Amino acid sequence: MHIARKLGFYLVALWAAVTLNFFIPRALPGSPVDAVLAKLALRGPVDPGTRHAIEVMLGADDQGSIIEQYFQYLGNLLRGDLGTTVTYFPAPVTEVIGQALPWTLVLVGLSTCVTFLLGVGLGTVAGWRRGTWLDSLIPATTILQSVPYFWLALLFVYAFAVNLRLFPISGGYDVTLVRPALDYPFLSNAVYYAFLPALTIVLSSLGGWLLGMRNMMVSTLSEDYILTAEAKGLSPRRIMLTYAARNAVLPSVSGFAISLGFVVSGSIVVESVFSYPGIGYTMLQAVNNNDYALMQGLFLIITVAVLGANLVVDLLYGVIDPRTRARG
Amino acid sequence: MTTKPNTAAMAVSAQRRRLPRFLTPTLMVGGGIVVLITLFGLIAPFFVADPNAVDNMGMQPPSAQHWLGTTQTGQDVLAQLAWATRGSLTVGIIVAVMALFLSAFFGILGGYLGGWLDEAFSLFTNVVLILPGLPLMIVIGSYVEQRGLILIAVVLAITSWAAAARVLRSQTLSIRGRDYVQASKIAGERPWRIIAVEILPNLLPVMSSSFVFALVSAILGEAGLSFIGLGVVGTHTWGSMLFYAQNGQALTLGGWWWFVPPGAMIAALGGGLSLINFSIDGIINPRLRTAPAAARTARHAQKEAAAA
Repeated sequence: MHIARKLGFYLVALWAAVTLNFFIPRALPGSPVDAVLAKLALRGPVDPGTRHAIEVMLGADDQGSIIEQYFQYLGNLLRGDLGTTVTYFPAPVTEVIGQALPWTLVLVGLSTCVTFLLGVGLGTVAGWRRGTWLDSLIPATTILQSVPYFWLALLFVYAFAVNLRLFPISGGYDVTLVRPALDYPFLSNAVYYAFLPALTIVLSSLGGWLLGMRNMMVSTLSEDYILTAEAKGLSPRRIMLTYAARNAVLPSVSGFAISLGFVVSGSIVVESVFSYPGIGYTMLQAVNNNDYALMQGLFLIITVAVLGANLVVDLLYGVIDPRTRARG
Repeated sequence: MTTKPNTAAMAVSAQRRRLPRFLTPTLMVGGGIVVLITLFGLIAPFFVADPNAVDNMGMQPPSAQHWLGTTQTGQDVLAQLAWATRGSLTVGIIVAVMALFLSAFFGILGGYLGGWLDEAFSLFTNVVLILPGLPLMIVIGSYVEQRGLILIAVVLAITSWAAAARVLRSQTLSIRGRDYVQASKIAGERPWRIIAVEILPNLLPVMSSSFVFALVSAILGEAGLSFIGLGVVGTHTWGSMLFYAQNGQALTLGGWWWFVPPGAMIAALGGGLSLINFSIDGIINPRLRTAPAAARTARHAQKEAAAA
């Protein structure tokens, strides 16, 4: 029952995203066709027939009612047809996304896991040692959290890439040295290029995890069962990990949704600083080229990825915290 | 989830909570930073040169004439920073107010009225919460050519109210069941009066905390959007300064005075506001304030016992 309810919620969220994606272009002024025409007009006079050609290309020529268009759009989605890009013409949107997706998945996925483990671990210690000098570190982490992702990225590029020349300025791998393949030279090169973007994401999202975990630890440690555990003479280590941290980590896990959206948004801007060949950078290319089909396809993929990750965390949460299953 | 502190403890902390207790060092430092930045945004634009004036002294490091140097096209960075501070703060405040209203509407009303309305409202809230904000802003922003201040503010507000609404709803649910609310219901008070007089005052700490949070996230969101080039057209903000700095090769030409100040301002304001939020957190959840002190006392006592 609990799982069915969860699945239902994610289906509604997915439907909302798809519907938004359909209605935003139709509700707002400005049409993709006009945008492409305006771009062509910069290069010279536009033949009247061009308009129709572009409409056909972008799929804007059908004159059916908005309901018909909606169902046609849903049908296209189900067949995996997201349209054709303008930026990488004539590649289909799905192909472009397919190339960009692995970069972002690995970068954001790994750095989120590292941040979570690091933040929760440090938060546990900071909460356990409440009332010591560690408390004064807490405001410092919140300041780190309010540093904009992309500004931190700019600083890193300036310090480590431009001045110290320790890391590359931009890109996902060295195109002159290696080719994408699953071998050691490429992977090591990719890790080298991913280091600064990943460091940016880890540092700027660490504060939230740390603070949340620390505050929950402080609250949990004043519970009566902690006192009981201490009175029983259990080792401090066991109390910290099995009694306090295990309970204190629950809100952090359930807060995954909000933080993941935050990280994904942050990574879009970070990718633009590093010209990292992932989803975010592709999205900016789409924005700069008025490539609406690609933009909407990317929005959909990002949303599906965020929803999917949250669904997994939600289902895991039921395993971690039996109370939610009993209640549902 | 945290258990509710018992009423006796709350009464004690309410007695202690007189004015001097409020003025913790954290609050003073945070408030000081925020006030300084606000004053800078309010007053400085009147005294600086034209931020758009182009000069052939491009990419000059800080000097007596240009305190923060110049951009690639010779514009004064300090002048731009002053106007950008005003712009960013304006956007932030508008968005935070709108987000506060939206979250109060969906959170408090849903939480208080309950039933199918609550179900619908919280479903809506959770869906908005889970949809990634920035990609949505990018999609909306790229469709509109004439991006005015209001449009950007509305877009930012739409994507940033949901978390606060969820917190407000759960708080309202817990207050709704208390005896004095039940009593005023039985006394025949109208629902809007119960919400305004009985429930709202108890939500003020939570609301002010989420207002501060909304302010931070609005300024960060606006900066991100402007940095991509989708911000308010023709207005200086911290994000747009960074956008021009990156496009003007400030990084590779070594123009640190161009891209460091705007980001530092965002970080300082965000940090100051977080410090304020920190003290509000301490008021809402007294354990965060008292527990570290209690632990310290216990540790001292143990040490003294060991020494004796």
